[in-house]
Amino acid sequence: MASKPSDPAAAPAPAAAPVAVKILIAGGFGVGKTTLVGAVSEIRPLQTEELLTDQGVDVDDTAGVEQKTTTTVAMDFGRITIRDGLVLYLFGTPGQDRFWFMWDELSYGALGAVVLADTRRLPDCFPAVDYFESRGLPFVVAVNRFDDGYDYTPEEIREALDLGEAIPVLLCDVRERTSGKEVLTTLVRHVLAVHRTEDQGVPAL
Amino acid sequence: MSGAGSEWIDEEAGPIVRSYALTRGRARPATGETFDMITIVSTEARPRSGSPGLGPEHLDILEMCLQPQPVAEIAGRMRLPLVVVRVLLGDLLHHRLIAVTRPQPESTLSKERLLREVLHGLQAL
Repeated sequence: MASKPSDPAAAPAPAAAPVAVKILIAGGFGVGKTTLVGAVSEIRPLQTEELLTDQGVDVDDTAGVEQKTTTTVAMDFGRITIRDGLVLYLFGTPGQDRFWFMWDELSYGALGAVVLADTRRLPDCFPAVDYFESRGLPFVVAVNRFDDGYDYTPEEIREALDLGEAIPVLLCDVRERTSGKEVLTTLVRHVLAVHRTEDQGVPAL
Repeated sequence: MSGAGSEWIDEEAGPIVRSYALTRGRARPATGETFDMITIVSTEARPRSGSPGLGPEHLDILEMCLQPQPVAEIAGRMRLPLVVVRVLLGDLLHHRLIAVTRPQPESTLSKERLLREVLHGLQAL
């Protein structure tokens, strides 16, 4: 965008700032996070980048790539306008373990999270499950059905991930908007349930 | 956090060098504002002609934020890393050209209402 000559004229009338809320989409590399964001977002998923510099030293396993001290990490995000003045943002978290340091910022203030799982590589979603459990952030596990993957039942997945009964597990096809919508509504219902439980004085995780 | 001057970028960093040029080497905003990714930025004023220290990217952000935008969306649309956008936003805040609305820690009652609204909005998709 070309910059216009700056205009010293009167300040523009500012529009009211909308309320923004966010939901995280987590899971292993290549599990379909970007596809899910794209299926439900009203904008094509944008990417924003965070710069990984010295901040990554402590957490970044650079064995074998020690010379690489600078990189960027892309995060997908999408937008759903709930109503005028209320906007839901979806953030796809970086899939690689070495970007863990970003998750604290990403999860700060988030309503909840979707952990996407691929039954062919189920252990890839363990770190995300552990992370949200330890943070006490409500989450659901959505199993993306790949054509060449074996169809496990949600109960088998729950057992494999050692999840409590309260945590919803559902199958989905992230390419389908209706399926993505079901994942998100399942999460928000779960967040509401958790919220009510906490409200009644039951301590959060 | 390490002190100023500890971030050095070499050739391998590619186009990131340009980003650092945009911030004139600064890695953090000049103000105390941290600019959460969903903090909403809105343009408050136009800069006077020839405002020192404001480049085309600053003006692009001001143009974009006539419609209030969250920090992450500004970064995405500008195709700039968040850390760079935060520095640019710090400059704009310093010049009092933007206002920021941080994500609100909701009260219990309004959180319930907020969640219900989000749920209904999603169901209506």
